[in-house]
Amino acid sequence: MKLSLGPVLFYWDKQQLGQFYSEMASLPLDVIYLGETVCSKRRAFNLDQWLGLGRELHSAGNAQIVLSSLTLIEAASELSSLRRLCDNGEVLVEANDMGAVQLLAERKLPFVGGPALNLYNGHALVQLLDAGMMRWVPPVECSAALIGDVLEQVRELGRPLPEVEVFAYGHLPLAYSARCFTARAENRPKDDCQFCCLNYPDGMALTSQEGQALFTLNGIQTMSADVTNLLADYPGLVSCGADLLRLSPRAQGMVGIVEAFDRVRQGATPPVFVEGCNGYWHGQAGMLRVEEVGLC
Amino acid sequence: MQLVCPAGNLPALKAAVRQGADAVYVGFRDDTNARHFAGLNMDDKQFDGAVAHIRQHQRKLYVAVNTYPQPKGWERWQRAVDRAADHGVDALIAGDPGVLQYASSRHPQMALHLSVQGSATHAAALQFYAERYGIRRAVLPRVLSLAQVKHVAASSSVPIEVFGFGSLCIMAEGRCHLSSYITGESPNLCGVCSPAKAVRWSEDADGLSARLSEVLIDRYTPDEPAGYPTLCKGRFMVDGKRFHALEEPTSLDTLDLIPELIAMGVEAVKIEGRQRGPAYVEQVTGVWRAALDAHRRAPERFVVKDQWRSVLAGLSEGSQTTLGAYHRSWQ
Repeated sequence: MKLSLGPVLFYWDKQQLGQFYSEMASLPLDVIYLGETVCSKRRAFNLDQWLGLGRELHSAGNAQIVLSSLTLIEAASELSSLRRLCDNGEVLVEANDMGAVQLLAERKLPFVGGPALNLYNGHALVQLLDAGMMRWVPPVECSAALIGDVLEQVRELGRPLPEVEVFAYGHLPLAYSARCFTARAENRPKDDCQFCCLNYPDGMALTSQEGQALFTLNGIQTMSADVTNLLADYPGLVSCGADLLRLSPRAQGMVGIVEAFDRVRQGATPPVFVEGCNGYWHGQAGMLRVEEVGLC
Repeated sequence: MQLVCPAGNLPALKAAVRQGADAVYVGFRDDTNARHFAGLNMDDKQFDGAVAHIRQHQRKLYVAVNTYPQPKGWERWQRAVDRAADHGVDALIAGDPGVLQYASSRHPQMALHLSVQGSATHAAALQFYAERYGIRRAVLPRVLSLAQVKHVAASSSVPIEVFGFGSLCIMAEGRCHLSSYITGESPNLCGVCSPAKAVRWSEDADGLSARLSEVLIDRYTPDEPAGYPTLCKGRFMVDGKRFHALEEPTSLDTLDLIPELIAMGVEAVKIEGRQRGPAYVEQVTGVWRAALDAHRRAPERFVVKDQWRSVLAGLSEGSQTTLGAYHRSWQ
């Protein structure tokens, strides 16, 4: 089982990003995804700087470096940036919308199909394999059973399987909008956001009126309030055919998380219980921890 | 600009035709379409009636097969595509690459429209579907500003359909798992958002509470109007403040944009609302037909009539309307 570090979904400044990746550089990560996937106004690093960071990380730990593309492309300038990303000439790209898939296919470049692509069955997957997808990150709402069924259908269609990477740890990216919810919460217009999401390195908590944690606001992205954590589900991850586990960066505690997953993949017994939701993995509402509600 | 109207049943389809819809879109009575609600959509008999009525009145019939099949249900989506093709519908609306591939190879004569659930927002994404499946039209997600719609229309060879009126998804369609996170059922996989079976109302000293899978979506005092607990339109707490953190109950209304949409070459405007009744479809279609006809007769003198506005406002969520993402300040 390989471990990957997903792209940083929050807006961290240059210093925080530098500090974070210097900590990650010495960890046993097989793949590191870099780049901005949420908001094109976040420019702590430009493309050349991401590529430079990728070279450093690759030489430090030999991890495969992948650049993740912006998920929701709206402006013509964002499409131009996407073209430059696809033309980087150096590292693999994670396509997070069908436009990226198209541009990469036109260039005959292999790519990673990110979790924001709607791929839920083998026939759809084959379409993307034909376009050059070599690794599939299923949508975060997919269960173990569904992933297994999709892979079985790909086999039935007589096609070799792509690598499969499951979103195994972190706040789940759930939705994307034209609207910036962080700016809205601060009563600012999006066009004059003052980069206010810099103030929330773990996003902004949204709760119900009864105080139940529901979502995390992260600019135009809405995430789960709880982190998902599939460490206790490790045997199921292996049996469903996962080749990589994606750990999605948080501002605190990531070293311990990477080490915990590394110990289990090296043979340590998985913990019986961990904090965080795992409902999606078990085919339930995503926010549930199935052991707690007696569904498992 | 073509007027495309919704019908969740045969009476609604007849209402849309009567009021001058150029095309009507429908779904089959199962989870192959994105309005999979109890009692809604067309069984075999209704669908036969719909086809006959549309032909008699020389309008267009589109069928939405626009959810994402899972492997275990794949044959159901195949059958839905075959059924639409066998009836010679004017277009199939789909978003899944597997479904599009099946439809384009098995039924090359049937026109394909990329569903809004396909979430294609720019020319390169549209090119993916155009090259592979020969889509003849794409419905754009409700995330683009007017200037961005204009740019997409000008930069892509694929004709564009946009939403003109109805319930407003504030998230990019096809890219929202909020409903499955809370309830286990999502638009992509189940064709539902905030499903009715997960709703529970209760009244106590704190007021009227609307819950979804026991999660409190909103609570109303006696003097406040209560609405369906669509989870992105509830009042939540952020940073100690209670407000509509994602969006207020409101409907999209773009009558004011008709001249600009026509000028930028948008091929069709879509009315949302297959889950609505025939009376709703009748009124909305009537207003939009009148507005489009007024513009065609005298584009330079086009003004939105107060009466149109008040009819639409009366049919809107929370009795209020918005230009949504078309208007930059909404974002």
